[in-house]
Amino acid sequence: MAASDTTATTAGRAPNRGLRWLRRNLITIAGLCTLAYLVLPNLVVMVFSFNKPNGRFNYQWQRFSTDGWTDPCGVADLCGSLGLSLQIAVWATLGATVLGTMIAFALARYRFRARSGVNTLIFLPMAMPEVVMAASLATLFLNMGIAFGFWTILIAHIMFCLSFVVTAVKARVMSMDPRLEQAAQDLYASPAQTFLRVTLPIAAPGIAAGALLSFALSFDDFIITNFNAGSTVTFPMFVWGSAQRGTPVQINVIGTAMFLVAVLCVVVGQLAGKRPKRS
Amino acid sequence: MSTTEAPAPPAEPEAEPLDIRKAPTRKRLVPYWLLLPGILWLLVFFAAPLVYQASTSIQTGSLEDGFKVTWHFATYLDAIAEYWPQFLRSVLYAGTATALCLLLGYPLAYLIAFKAGRWRNLVMILVIAPFFTSFLIRTLAWKTILADGGPVVGVLNSLHVLDVTSWLGLTEGQRVLATPLAVVCGLTYNFLPFMVLPLYTSLERIDPRLHEAAGDLYARPATTFRRVTFPLSMPGVVAGTLLTFIPAAGDYINAELLGSTDQKMIGNVIQSQFLRVLDYPTAAALSFILMAAILTMVTIYIRKSGTEDLV
Repeated sequence: MAASDTTATTAGRAPNRGLRWLRRNLITIAGLCTLAYLVLPNLVVMVFSFNKPNGRFNYQWQRFSTDGWTDPCGVADLCGSLGLSLQIAVWATLGATVLGTMIAFALARYRFRARSGVNTLIFLPMAMPEVVMAASLATLFLNMGIAFGFWTILIAHIMFCLSFVVTAVKARVMSMDPRLEQAAQDLYASPAQTFLRVTLPIAAPGIAAGALLSFALSFDDFIITNFNAGSTVTFPMFVWGSAQRGTPVQINVIGTAMFLVAVLCVVVGQLAGKRPKRS
Repeated sequence: MSTTEAPAPPAEPEAEPLDIRKAPTRKRLVPYWLLLPGILWLLVFFAAPLVYQASTSIQTGSLEDGFKVTWHFATYLDAIAEYWPQFLRSVLYAGTATALCLLLGYPLAYLIAFKAGRWRNLVMILVIAPFFTSFLIRTLAWKTILADGGPVVGVLNSLHVLDVTSWLGLTEGQRVLATPLAVVCGLTYNFLPFMVLPLYTSLERIDPRLHEAAGDLYARPATTFRRVTFPLSMPGVVAGTLLTFIPAAGDYINAELLGSTDQKMIGNVIQSQFLRVLDYPTAAALSFILMAAILTMVTIYIRKSGTEDLV
């Protein structure tokens, strides 16, 4: 399996060139097959955004059409649910990032009682099946008589995003050189200045990673939202419902558009990240 | 190696966390203030609900008259007696999907870490790219890919693969949709990136000189992999299998969208008990059993694989 570098001995044993080539590139071929398996559904989503289905379901290719692209909001509630998802994702990201960063700093910088307890409390939500968290939080809301809707979704999203932010930021703060802050203080920076001008900029990539992860997790969350949304419809909830009622082409259009925007952001980010290194 | 000649490396200042017990009172409270809002959030909306859930699971009553705690532990026994097939199925499907993820994901992670070269960033983007489209839409795409009479089913049919899988009980007749194979395929697909990324992280840390050294010591590539590469990637294997198995065991989306009623997993039962049947005690008992089962399995697994420092 691990034909990382084919030596003369193994090559000599292979009976012909084709087989030898196969042996040498086995891992690459297997890896590319897996990559194809990962990318295939995205391609299908993209291609089927140009479909004109006969019935209510967009599962079979009929004929080419750009109807979905010219009228992306043509289905009732679709764009409303998308807007709601974006809104929740933004607020959840903000909440989880602020709360999570504070916890991460406390854990990375201070030794205090109940440290291991806090660590466990942070770890558990990530090690638990979503359906368990979802059902128990919904039980709490039911018992408290809190109406399901925007606020319950937001509370739930901040809850499960928090741990991921803590993990991302903590790793970054822990690997920070403490001498940089000492140097700032030696140069007569006040604690507030040190934090704003030295600590925060160094921790920024960790905070950004945590925030991005939160946004993605919140925007795409289905299971926890399913239990805590009541009759409020987020974008994943809309897609779930459409699997029963009929899948409009517009779902694929929005899926494809999201994909293109995200890829563009990554590519731009990569290029922007490369430039300062070269100079 | 002589230690006398080489000057001792300058003492790296340890990022030792501040011991607040020695600090003045005002400073001593800082970490607690930092922790307070976030921890309160987790206690109220994560820990307290679990306690509520525990009390709900031993309640009896009806929607009209309300539920009361009656220490009715029989709910647990009834739940297991009625839904053990779904529990078993969840473990089997999630286990198979995890094994497949490892099998498929390892070559890909290896490819990115050691062989991609200047293509590394592109391959990496392709691995995380699926995340950019809502996973429900992508799961629905599998309905198209595996459709009856579609190209995939056609090829599998002409190669007589479906005869073999039917004999194994994985598929039924000439179709893939609404069979265990479709559900496992969906689960594998959905959680594959969670396997590839930790595997890549641990493979990337391996010093390539170790491979050269193994080769210099006459290890064949297969031996190098078995004795050097794979053991060093164990943290990634453990993290990847956990990140795949835990969510897959509680998942109900793939079983709902790609399976039929014969492929329902425990997540489907919890969801329908909670949201449709409104039998809250049963739903609570089931999710507690699921949680306990997963925590037990994970603890044993982490002990056995000897990577306790991972968590």
